[in-house]
Amino acid sequence: MIRTLGLAYQYPGTPDTAVLQFPDVDVAQGAVLLLSGPSGCGKSTWLALVAGLVAPSAGTVEVVGQPLHALKSVASDAWRARTIGFLPQKLHLSAALTVQQNLAMAQWAAGQSEDSVAIHSALQALGVDELAQRTPAQLSGGQAQRVALARAVLLQPRVLLADEPTASLDDEAAADAVALLLATARTHGATLVIATHDARVAALIPAGVEGQIGFQPLHLLRKQLSKEEQSA
Amino acid sequence: MRTLRFAWRYLWSRPLGAALNVLLLSLGLASITFLLLVGAQLSKAFDRDLAGIDVVVGAKGSPMQLILSGVLHIDVPPGNVPLSAVKELIRNPLVDHIIPISLGDNYAGYRIVGTSLAYLEHYEAQLAQGPQNRLWDAPMQVVLGATTARKLGLAPGQTFIGSHGLGAGGHTHGDIVYTVVGILAPSGSVLDRLILTDTASVWKVHEDSTATDDEDRQVLEQEREITMALVQYKTPMAALSFPRYVNTSTEMQAAAPALEISRLLHMLGLGTEVLRAFAGVLLLTAGLSVFIALWSAVRERRADLALLRMLGAPPRKIAALLLCEALWLGVMAAVLGLLLGQAFTLALAWMLQLDNSLLIGGMVWPAELVVVPVLALSVSLVSALLPAWGAYRVSVLELLQTR
Repeated sequence: MIRTLGLAYQYPGTPDTAVLQFPDVDVAQGAVLLLSGPSGCGKSTWLALVAGLVAPSAGTVEVVGQPLHALKSVASDAWRARTIGFLPQKLHLSAALTVQQNLAMAQWAAGQSEDSVAIHSALQALGVDELAQRTPAQLSGGQAQRVALARAVLLQPRVLLADEPTASLDDEAAADAVALLLATARTHGATLVIATHDARVAALIPAGVEGQIGFQPLHLLRKQLSKEEQSA
Repeated sequence: MRTLRFAWRYLWSRPLGAALNVLLLSLGLASITFLLLVGAQLSKAFDRDLAGIDVVVGAKGSPMQLILSGVLHIDVPPGNVPLSAVKELIRNPLVDHIIPISLGDNYAGYRIVGTSLAYLEHYEAQLAQGPQNRLWDAPMQVVLGATTARKLGLAPGQTFIGSHGLGAGGHTHGDIVYTVVGILAPSGSVLDRLILTDTASVWKVHEDSTATDDEDRQVLEQEREITMALVQYKTPMAALSFPRYVNTSTEMQAAAPALEISRLLHMLGLGTEVLRAFAGVLLLTAGLSVFIALWSAVRERRADLALLRMLGAPPRKIAALLLCEALWLGVMAAVLGLLLGQAFTLALAWMLQLDNSLLIGGMVWPAELVVVPVLALSVSLVSALLPAWGAYRVSVLELLQTR
């Protein structure tokens, strides 16, 4: 469940006139939310706000019943570790570590003890368990994305944030990636948020997915007064 | 523990850089280790061998040479002094007792020292083999220091013929045979590497080999000499007047070991300072290198570190990861630096033949060496502070906005 109200964000050091204002969002647990819009419109900032990584300039965010403004920064880290799964566009699998160690690192980051059973289970669910001892350099693009997704869902998050998951993929691979995301989120009962500027993604999400509230293209407004407005 | 493990992995993901940093840091630490080892061993050797000897009286010449040759046995003596003149000193009211030292011969490079039992008592020597309290009850008996016995493979009952001079290679003294009657237990003192006999035996060797007839022998007996006398005062106040008396009123010189060694250390001091400054520059360079390596690592891995924040790692954990990398560098450099320092010291001892003199040599671990790991960790951790701060402040928004 994600609920935002009057959410706005101003980048540090920017003038008061340059504020990102976001429409209110209210999505149920297990739903799919698509954030669409051109690059730079604020999708990533919205993800950061929902993940509790930055504080909004105005408005409130509530994720899985937790009002984020009530969290202190240390508690926010622990909350994020157990609530939010994240699939970045560039995957960021550490080249210094094996696949298994990359997942173990996620457990370390979350302050959890190493659980190799959980790691193998996550890898197995995504069909990449046999790659556990390989390094990221030895993986294909698709394999790497599956490993990154296994890392994102390793800690059984309630919300799965995917940032541009289909960027630089051909149509077939993009369809596979979205299907994999939907299936994985569904398996874990997680709310799935896909932030993308890729117009193909909307068409790849089938209608009638249980709990889906439908496409909700997010029209983000950059409230930037024109010179005329400023002079007025 | 896992932080250390991941840090180790990250560190060695750039093997060349990591190895060079460890090596650079190690070289600085090895120089420090070398200085500490040499200083500690010299200081220990001087304290051990010079203890209880207030002044050394011998032939005129270099006072430092007198000390080095007669007390530490690492130089040749300036000459001999008449036995009669030394006997005069024994009667001096400021003198408590005198230990005679007669040098001039060796066996296989080990010095044969003619002396009295007081010399053994002075260093609290214990017999490991041989008859207790019956040493030197006949001429030409010797007691071997522990190192000498081990190196020469001699045991009680065996005999040898000494050679002239203080180093190996001199002509042998005909058929005048020394018999080993005892072997000393290792004492860590200068005695360990000497061959000890009574002064009369040294005189006998030279008189037997040079006297042509009885008359000649009588002349030689009347003109007997020793190389020097180790003197202990009755009162510390004697230090004010006794050396002046010897230096001005006799044909001998008096040298105070404490003074000469302090002069020696002062002379070595300049070299030590240069080496210390060199080590300092090496450590500073290593610190900068570690800083650059970790700073680059943070820049290269900025997105990876940001992802860890996204996965729930608090900033202090990210910073700790960087600090642990520096910690590993420090630990490895400390171990390598200590070993290299020991190797440098052994090499110096081998090159200068100081291992035989017991001044420097062997693997020793004086307490002062604790400075080395402390320095290693300080340099590496201080160098990592700024990169760790950079890691602490890594922005996740940056990761999200990186396309």
